[in-house]
Amino acid sequence: MENLIKNIIGKDISLVELFEENRSKIEEQSFSVLNDQREEAFDAFQELGIPSNKVESYKYTNLQPLFTGDFTFSLKPETLTENVEDIFSCDVDTLDSITIYMVNGWYYTRNNPGDLPQGVRIGSLARLAEEDPDFLARYYGSRAPHLSDGVVALNTMFAQDGFFVHVPEGVVVEKPIQIVNILMSEDALMTTQRNLVVMEDNSEARIMVCDHTLTTNKFVMNSVTEGFVGKEARLDFYNLQNQHNATTQVAGLYFEQHERSHLATNNLTLHAGVARNNIELKLAGEHAEGHAYGLYLLDKNQHVDNFSYIDHAVPECFSDELFKGVLDDHSTGSFTGKIMVRPDAQKTNAYQSNNNLLLTNDAKMNTRPQLEIYADDVKCSHGATVGQLDEDAMFYLRTRGINKEESTILLMYAFAYEVIEKIKVEPLREQIRALVEKRFRGELDKCHSCVVCGQKGTDLSCL
Amino acid sequence: MSTEQDKILEEVTKGEYKYGFYTDIEMDTLPKGLSEDVVREISKRKGEPEFMTEFRLEAYRNWLKMKTPEWAHLNIPEIDFQDIIYYAAPKSKPKLDSMDDVDPELKATFDKLGIPLEEQKQLAGVAVDAVMDSVSVKTTFKETLAEKGIIFCSISEAIREYPDLVKQYLGSVVPPNDNYFAALNSAVFSDGSFVYIPKGVRSPVELSTYFRINAMNTGQFERTLIVAEDDSYVSYLEGCTAPQRDENQLHAAIVEIVAMERAEVKYSTVQNWYPGDKNGKGGIYNFVTKRGLCKGDYSKISWTQVETGSAITWKYPSCVMMGDHSTGEFYSVALTNNHQQADTGTKMIHLGKNTKSLVVSKGISAGKSQNSYRGLVKVSKRAENARNFSQCDSLLLGDKCGAHTFPYLEINNNTAKVEHEATTSKIGEDQIFYCNQRGIDTEDAVGLIVNGYVKEVINKLPMEFAVEAQKLLEISLEGSVG
Repeated sequence: MENLIKNIIGKDISLVELFEENRSKIEEQSFSVLNDQREEAFDAFQELGIPSNKVESYKYTNLQPLFTGDFTFSLKPETLTENVEDIFSCDVDTLDSITIYMVNGWYYTRNNPGDLPQGVRIGSLARLAEEDPDFLARYYGSRAPHLSDGVVALNTMFAQDGFFVHVPEGVVVEKPIQIVNILMSEDALMTTQRNLVVMEDNSEARIMVCDHTLTTNKFVMNSVTEGFVGKEARLDFYNLQNQHNATTQVAGLYFEQHERSHLATNNLTLHAGVARNNIELKLAGEHAEGHAYGLYLLDKNQHVDNFSYIDHAVPECFSDELFKGVLDDHSTGSFTGKIMVRPDAQKTNAYQSNNNLLLTNDAKMNTRPQLEIYADDVKCSHGATVGQLDEDAMFYLRTRGINKEESTILLMYAFAYEVIEKIKVEPLREQIRALVEKRFRGELDKCHSCVVCGQKGTDLSCL
Repeated sequence: MSTEQDKILEEVTKGEYKYGFYTDIEMDTLPKGLSEDVVREISKRKGEPEFMTEFRLEAYRNWLKMKTPEWAHLNIPEIDFQDIIYYAAPKSKPKLDSMDDVDPELKATFDKLGIPLEEQKQLAGVAVDAVMDSVSVKTTFKETLAEKGIIFCSISEAIREYPDLVKQYLGSVVPPNDNYFAALNSAVFSDGSFVYIPKGVRSPVELSTYFRINAMNTGQFERTLIVAEDDSYVSYLEGCTAPQRDENQLHAAIVEIVAMERAEVKYSTVQNWYPGDKNGKGGIYNFVTKRGLCKGDYSKISWTQVETGSAITWKYPSCVMMGDHSTGEFYSVALTNNHQQADTGTKMIHLGKNTKSLVVSKGISAGKSQNSYRGLVKVSKRAENARNFSQCDSLLLGDKCGAHTFPYLEINNNTAKVEHEATTSKIGEDQIFYCNQRGIDTEDAVGLIVNGYVKEVINKLPMEFAVEAQKLLEISLEGSVG
């Protein structure tokens, strides 16, 4: 891994100094579209820093200690001797997908997405910045709040690569697009990934992002995805998180939707160390429909913070949010659902729900379902619950001769299924369904075989 | 249909403040500004014992270190704390023996407010401790209460006569350094009420206090302390109306309640400080810290509030459920109109086992106002079987206003059952249509629906108050509603 510039972050060198030291090198190997925003982001970052729990939107996740410590910082792409496909294979075997790999936030050079429908581009953001800077410039940095969120500012400072998906007007991508994010390193690693999804008018696609860790080191992944869904376009975006306990992932999804577009995001957190998901949908065209779903199954000391922000900027839009969580052991969860209805965004329909099951007395859940409404002809509702399994339902099952353990599993499974059934890619749904059930049965106490995307050849445990 | 409805809504919502009058009574005031000397002077003028002076000074020193809270969804113009008079008392007069001795102007003020001391105490059986610019003017029913051992007096009197009780409980629920405005209040509070209900006593009457801000440029710093011993019960009413005035006035009050074993305290407020005129000029800043401590097992504290006034409201009546099986309740109607801003809600802190809390909040926004519910439900690790249900509804009358909900749920125990629900809507055209169909015109229909919407909360108010609360809602939404 000599291609990494060794730098210890912590007392010796701050992220600000790290950037200053390597700035010229980064700018040299990167391209002007990306370089243009570094200065602004750097200024913002110097002011904002890594958010602590004093920042209201990060109240339940203090990132500062997680971004401190001994890390190498990934400033150059990996050169791998072996093929990623050999180390890794996807468990969803019935899934016929267009698959690409990302290693430590960098586009894997030997990727072969295969035959794509006409005009569809799937590839590296760095290459796009080099080959089609005008296209990238139209979108880059226009959604992600690099001036107000310290993590996004940090991402923008260091952004060099990531994936991009571009589906041109009227094209339907039949096969799901699968993006496998792999973290593997010999040392503790901090890295940055910057992605872009552009769906032009009338296009349709399904994207699955699977996050995995292949080595047991500490990782900090700071990923930002900006997405643009054109008129009447449809996009399903799944993020399957399956990382080991020493991973910190801040994954930001910043989408903008136009007239009559349809977007569904689904954050499935099966295993994580600390995961913070920012899900921001801006409904910028009338009759746009935005759905945000999430399921988190936590145990040990895991922590997941889903922070969603649905911005109804124009009238007649619809949004629906459903986040469900099961918390075991010492795990902590947090949910913030902010619905903003801008002045004059009349005829808005917005629904939000967050339900949580606490399985042990040490698990903690913090939830903030918030509404901010500046228009009067709207229907908005939110609900949040934290509790245990329904005693009546349990009793009902017990009276039918189902034992307590089985009843518990059944009810938990039924609880989680509400989110699982939102998955429209059938093989994925089937896989997740099976995984969740296994998880509840205690057969999956750790992510051996890395759950979805199994690991071949190595005996590395993810814990 | 919708334009007609808009017109009616507009008519209904632009009513003027009816309680804008000014009582001309000679005032004994300190010069503007705040310093350690002013704090000492207040304490001296009130003839307080040493421990109170120290209490105030400590709070003042804490206050100096604090910053104005900025987290609320409010746009608070900067307040110059040196431009406020911290002590204003009606010039002391010889002791009054009967109603006839009460200043006729003052009496007229209360008459206009609809609480003639004389009749009301007889008819409604309410003991009124009328507070006029911070100093208690007249206390009625004192003898009846004294027979039962109930202490109901102004806090200054309590400090002089029952220093032990005050020393034990003052600041025990809201510590002097709790927050910016609580610290300010603790340093300079002028007067307020003190209630002590001894063991096993049920207060035979509902205790009531009327606060009025009177003198120009006077911050009103009320301090209320209610202590309910084992097995006691009290229902306490607080009502506020303030005269119309152009400059913004600051009101930073503290209410502390302590409920011992099996005690029950019901605290009801109707708040109608001057909200400012239609252009958002003037009005009271109402920054209040209210907190009840359910100290004993099976104790219960219930807050009911109807908030119709104030330019800015920043108020979170809270319950700390320390005793096992204790209960906290919060019922609220917050109405904002014109340029009013309200950020109000509650905190329910579950510490004991088998504790229960209920939150019902109804917000109504009209005009260009902003109305927020902000609440916290916290279940601590040892609070087994905690139960909470919260419902926060918002009703929007007009397309320039805002209604916001910021609930926080922090659950650290798996036996907890916590539910939160919120809806935001406007009056449905179908609802109006339904009424129209049955011969009820649109104006009455709006009134009916608004009344029905808040009924759940109004029902929790004691009779006399419920009537007044509806009156205030009417005034705030103009007389034709209701």
